Amino acid sequence: MALVLASTSGKYVAAAYLVFLALVLVYVVIIASKIARIERELHALAEQPEKQP
Amino acid sequence: MRTSSPLYGKGLRTLAIATALTLTAAGVLIFFYAPLDADQGVIQKIFYVHVPLAIVALCGFVAGGLMAIQHLRTGDRSWDMRSYVAIHLSIIFGVGVLITGSIWAKRSWGHWWVWDEPVLVSFLIVFLLYCCYQPLRFAIADRERQARYASVFAIAAGAFVPINFVAVRMAVQEVHPRVLSRTGNLPGDMQLTFLVALAGAVLLFLTLWKLELTSKNASEQLGRLRARLEAAPPSGAAPEAPPAPVGVS
Repeated sequence: MALVLASTSGKYVAAAYLVFLALVLVYVVIIASKIARIERELHALAEQPEKQP
Repeated sequence: MRTSSPLYGKGLRTLAIATALTLTAAGVLIFFYAPLDADQGVIQKIFYVHVPLAIVALCGFVAGGLMAIQHLRTGDRSWDMRSYVAIHLSIIFGVGVLITGSIWAKRSWGHWWVWDEPVLVSFLIVFLLYCCYQPLRFAIADRERQARYASVFAIAAGAFVPINFVAVRMAVQEVHPRVLSRTGNLPGDMQLTFLVALAGAVLLFLTLWKLELTSKNASEQLGRLRARLEAAPPSGAAPEAPPAPVGVS
């Protein structure tokens, strides 16, 4: 399979699958960063009443 | 206030694991089980990613329309959110369809794009139609009107997708290969690989859909919680119970 993918057509196939992987990866990273931001804000809110005198 | 509860939706972890397993199985089948196509050779393997993405993207557009109908029927905004996320994801899948298709076309036809091929142009029209969805949606400030107008758009465009698909199937010119046809033009091992890849694409769509819905739902709940805390007296009094979910778990 490695030899097949090393051919000219194989490089096109690899490029297509890399595009697919990159799309999914970028999407997941964006959503994960949003969830991390929500979590940070939630923790900040949770600590807020404790800081008040 | 409870902060220890997980921020992911119910069943999301199971769905994500099933997706990862199915996509791994699809990868193994594509590269180690499915035979090379006698006519196209290794380049045909692009179809195992291109066609499932196209099918799922088009079904996602139609599903977005059906969810929009449910929103207009019930007035429940969570249906509008489901519709929005389905369309948003379908656009991303559509980008994948256009890029992987162009890569295949460049190798097979010698061109990145062929303008007289109905399948390509019709998909591009559908894609560009849905690219108008987000600017339309976010051009409206009032959230009620935004949801209503976006639903009307989603229903109209969703109805256009199957009509467009049938019209293209009836077109005379058939330069673009037909993967699914009544004559069953795929041998058994290729068909199995294709079906597993299709299942993987469907599961991926569902997982990402649920993930984004969970993120949006959590963000909305957080916003409402912050508003309640800001409205509460600053005496250190305990805030009210957290708001109930919008309806998306």
